[in-house]
Amino acid sequence: MRGRGPLSGRSLTAIDGAIALIAVILVVQMWLLTATLEGVLAGHRSLAVPASVISGLLFLGAFSLYLFLMRVDRGVRARAAAEASKEAKPGPGAA
Amino acid sequence: VSLWREEFSVHAAEEHYVARRQFGKFLVLTSLGMFAGNLWILAKSLLERREALPALPIGRVGDLPAPGAKVFRYPRENDACLLLRAADGAYRAFSQKCTHLSCAVIPTEDATRLDCPCHDGAFSGADGRVLQGPPPRPLPRILLEERGGELWAVGIDLGGGDR
Repeated sequence: MRGRGPLSGRSLTAIDGAIALIAVILVVQMWLLTATLEGVLAGHRSLAVPASVISGLLFLGAFSLYLFLMRVDRGVRARAAAEASKEAKPGPGAA
Repeated sequence: VSLWREEFSVHAAEEHYVARRQFGKFLVLTSLGMFAGNLWILAKSLLERREALPALPIGRVGDLPAPGAKVFRYPRENDACLLLRAADGAYRAFSQKCTHLSCAVIPTEDATRLDCPCHDGAFSGADGRVLQGPPPRPLPRILLEERGGELWAVGIDLGGGDR
């Protein structure tokens, strides 16, 4: 489906890359959550503070990637709409 | 462009595109959920640290035969614990909840070992450490004090050094 509709190869790669990075961040956060819970249950309560800070930073990273994804998406859609309106206008030689 | 294309303007490629955006949104919301989970653990540990555990009497010194075991509740009515008296007369107390899946552990007759019947886990009756099976952590130790011929439970030691 690459190259059809509003999709172009580069923007699709950027979006796929952003999603893959968000997925990696999510896996790290899942591990962090289970490790923190295990540590706190074992009595290492001081772990909870740095773990929350790191998890928050990872969430901010994921959110930034999501904003990047949305920006790419908006740009591609705007370009596609501009091209479509250009094609819809009849040329000077058209009857 | 024909009328039916305008009315039913569904393009497969664009649908895939929207699905990617939605998937990205789902991942980010899940990431927010993980962060919220970490914050919940933090809030719970801070609240528990602030909450002082009560001191409760659990029986008279010498009432329990050596070796022997007795169930008591600490710090809340739903928290079952075991008071053990070893053959040498020393008292020790542990939470009765297995650290694997919270089954009730059962002391052996000589009170040197606590067995979990659910998944064959076992803990030492001397210090609560894991002897065998799937439990990931030692049993929480109940801190005991002798006050005027009575045994009192005064706190819980989870073993991690942070109270």
